[in-house]
Amino acid sequence: MSFRTPAALAGASSQPTVARRRATWHVATVADSRPETSTARRIELDVPTWPGNDAGSHLDVRLTAPDGYQATRSYSIASAGDGTRVVLAVDELPDGEVSPFLVHDLRPGDQLELHGPLGAFFVWTPPSADETPRPVQLIAGGSGVVPLYAMAAAHSAAADATQFRLLYSVRTPEDVFFRRELAALASAEPALQVDFVYTRRTPADWPTAAGRLTRNVLDTAAVPAASRPSVYVCGPTPFVEAVAGWLIDAGHRAGDVRTERFGGS
Amino acid sequence: MSRLDGNMLAGRLVEVLGWDATTADARCAQCGTHGPIALALVYATSMGTVARCPHCDGVLAIFVEADDGRVWFGMPGITALEVTR
Repeated sequence: MSFRTPAALAGASSQPTVARRRATWHVATVADSRPETSTARRIELDVPTWPGNDAGSHLDVRLTAPDGYQATRSYSIASAGDGTRVVLAVDELPDGEVSPFLVHDLRPGDQLELHGPLGAFFVWTPPSADETPRPVQLIAGGSGVVPLYAMAAAHSAAADATQFRLLYSVRTPEDVFFRRELAALASAEPALQVDFVYTRRTPADWPTAAGRLTRNVLDTAAVPAASRPSVYVCGPTPFVEAVAGWLIDAGHRAGDVRTERFGGS
Repeated sequence: MSRLDGNMLAGRLVEVLGWDATTADARCAQCGTHGPIALALVYATSMGTVARCPHCDGVLAIFVEADDGRVWFGMPGITALEVTR
């Protein structure tokens, strides 16, 4: 038996060469905070120690009260890649403990404790050279669009030709997160198609009435199971569970459907 | 009480295990089904966080966090956990 040096082992490894981004605690400084919708804010953070993150990952925000009480909540990251600027889009839960503070009280220059990047399951990375690209279907309910927007932007940044579709269920046109950015991505990217389902009110010239996403709409607006897409579903728990059930009924394999539940109703 | 999933355990798992185990395969002690921790159903209350098997609802893991930062962590319902070295 002959032993090899760690360097030789590393060279011989069949593992991807991309370094794993280790999650740890960071101190972030708020660079910008502005309204995203009437109930949500887009918060941009400067995190000098941030190792970058894959599209779809999240972070935990920890708030500490003067008496030492701590509250920690998870938020999806709207940005992806190697930078140290981290973008969140936080929807206020009126009876929440952390989101009202982030939406109403946080100001540029304030500091926050963050743990991340987190979540290796609900992430999308561009296909490597030896991988057969698969189409991707993203399905968002409300603020569940945040990690999926990061995936669509990462897909565009990678100049990846894989077919991408985003089906976005949202209350009204004014509730759309990243409205301008999504429109710009969709018009610049032939490989990206964005479809909206408006549940409460549609734009004026919309061909269909407002209403919840149904099995039939899903069947017509999503990449069919026969194309074996990777599917990512993110939103409120009842939305995610209904959509995931319809996808399995439509023939998608359970292992092809990745879900992330936000809770709520 | 709202139902979440194993994705939200990533931060806690990094703190108690030192690595993000959400993609790790775990076997349920109650029904023997296995799958990534991310697929577990998670119930979070002010008393603690419970991860349950998505197939049989058996308790897989629990986290109880005190206000002073201490954490009690148990995996009473996981008989095998995949570890990538």
